[in-house]
Amino acid sequence: MIIGLPHYLIVAAVLFSLGIICVVSRRNAIGLLMGVELILNSANINLVAFARYVESGISGQVFALFVIVLAAAEAAVAMAIVMAIYRHLRNIDTAAAVNLKE
Amino acid sequence: MTWDNLPSLYPVLVLALGMLVVLVAGLTRAGQRRETRLILFIGMATLALAGVAGAGLSGATEISGLFRSDAFSRFVLFFGLISTALTLVLANNSREVAGRRMAEFTAIILALCTGLFLMSAAKDLLMAYLAMELVSLSSYILTGFRRADRLSHEAALKYVIYGGVASGVMVFGMSLLYGLTGTTSFSGISKALTGASTVAGAGQVGELAVVVAGVFVFAGFCFKIAAVPFHQWCPDVYQGAPTPFTGFLSVAPKAAGFALILRFLADIFPATGAHEAKWPLVTLLGIISAVTMTLGNFTALHQLNVKRLLAYSSIAHAGYMLMGVIVLDTDGSAAVILYLIVYLFMNLGAFAIIQLVSDSSGSSDLPAFTGLGTRAPLLAVFMGVFLFSLAGLPPLAGFIGKFYLFAALLKSNQFWFIILAVIGILNSVVALFYYVRILREMFLRAPAGEAPAAPAVPAVVMAVLALLVVPTLIFGVYWEPIRSLAVYAASALNLM
Repeated sequence: MIIGLPHYLIVAAVLFSLGIICVVSRRNAIGLLMGVELILNSANINLVAFARYVESGISGQVFALFVIVLAAAEAAVAMAIVMAIYRHLRNIDTAAAVNLKE
Repeated sequence: MTWDNLPSLYPVLVLALGMLVVLVAGLTRAGQRRETRLILFIGMATLALAGVAGAGLSGATEISGLFRSDAFSRFVLFFGLISTALTLVLANNSREVAGRRMAEFTAIILALCTGLFLMSAAKDLLMAYLAMELVSLSSYILTGFRRADRLSHEAALKYVIYGGVASGVMVFGMSLLYGLTGTTSFSGISKALTGASTVAGAGQVGELAVVVAGVFVFAGFCFKIAAVPFHQWCPDVYQGAPTPFTGFLSVAPKAAGFALILRFLADIFPATGAHEAKWPLVTLLGIISAVTMTLGNFTALHQLNVKRLLAYSSIAHAGYMLMGVIVLDTDGSAAVILYLIVYLFMNLGAFAIIQLVSDSSGSSDLPAFTGLGTRAPLLAVFMGVFLFSLAGLPPLAGFIGKFYLFAALLKSNQFWFIILAVIGILNSVVALFYYVRILREMFLRAPAGEAPAAPAVPAVVMAVLALLVVPTLIFGVYWEPIRSLAVYAASALNLM
């Protein structure tokens, strides 16, 4: 079997769906952030696959590199916020962070 | 790019350099009071220099197909600089931010301001993504800025998670758009969609595929402007964030979000020969607009916290402005820009007064405003002006903003646009109720127990309030200057 563009796209779509499922079902803040990482990486697979099979250039790869860097930056900021929450609540369950509501 | 293009990047360079200088200056520990003043001075000087650099530019320059400096992006540059400058002054006089950590606040808000300009100048998916993340990451940090405050961290957590998901979905959509067209530049995508592409792999692109990719991309954009269904973060973040930053957040990133949407739509779907996916996407945005303003207004009706109430009001305002976006002509875009200018003054003003009240009473709940009309008549009158303007009553600036939005829709003379305008007008009537509720609390009610102390208003904050009130009054009767400015900025988008 020859691995082609559709295979990569299916993997990316599955990864994206898993990420979304993770985000809507998890209650742990770290778990939620893992879901976000899955979504970003599914986009990365798409980008490099399209760069190889559609464009035959490098702008997709460059885009993916930037996504990786920004995912790291976002994780750093998010982790700092989660740490601050933990210091206050001794817990990172999102069910505990419910002081802001209607 | 060549050296000749460098001047169009000067505002970005000045802001980035200023941010670094503020960070380094913040490391010194000498005399706290003096240090804060120095930081504020460097911040203001940076903004002023960036303004001078921006004012020296004219015409349109495009750099590497990524970045375009034209009248439109320069408008957003000045919009960002003005709102940042006002926010810095307000933050420096607020109990929630001022003090030793002013340097951090200043540095991060300067980075945010850079991101605003880049968002409006983006001509490429990559640039749009990077600029949006720069704005988002800085916003997350500033939302969770108050170390001792649980609500502030909780708001930041909700913001970073919603934001992460929205930007992830957006990048996924961008990857699909790139796959469909073989390029990431807006103009390249537009060419590929109309079949005039030179990229080898790209053939004729189907309507459904483009619509799906577009929906994913707009998930990220709608998050930035807090439109339904990506608005849930907005009330929590507005309530939990430090008040001076809430005012900024409700104005500047929203304006940059609208700038990006306008630029994206104008570039991807050119005036002539647009891809057939244009109409499904525009219809979707129209529905989002109607739902956003209705939901925002009706939820605001029963809010007890004024920051939260204004959060829902700002969601509703995003809905109004989306009406102008979907017309997709110069008139509609000019109406959006005009509305943004007016919105800057009235919303920043309302939040400045909330800041004064909550600093003196320790709460931004509705009862904190009870009897403000007798405690601090001037502040209450100013608040009245801002709220009536937000409600869109003549002869205030908010009315002119709404008038041009509705006019742009009615002029298009299409059945569904007129229906949308009618929904918008009905919504403005609903909105009046909750704005009047705050007014009633301020003027017609006496506080139940002992009245809290009248807010102390430093002279410089009074000057900022005057700077915000006067345009709100003047632009309501003499709007020609901002109207021509809006048309000038919108014409750079090359719409019909």
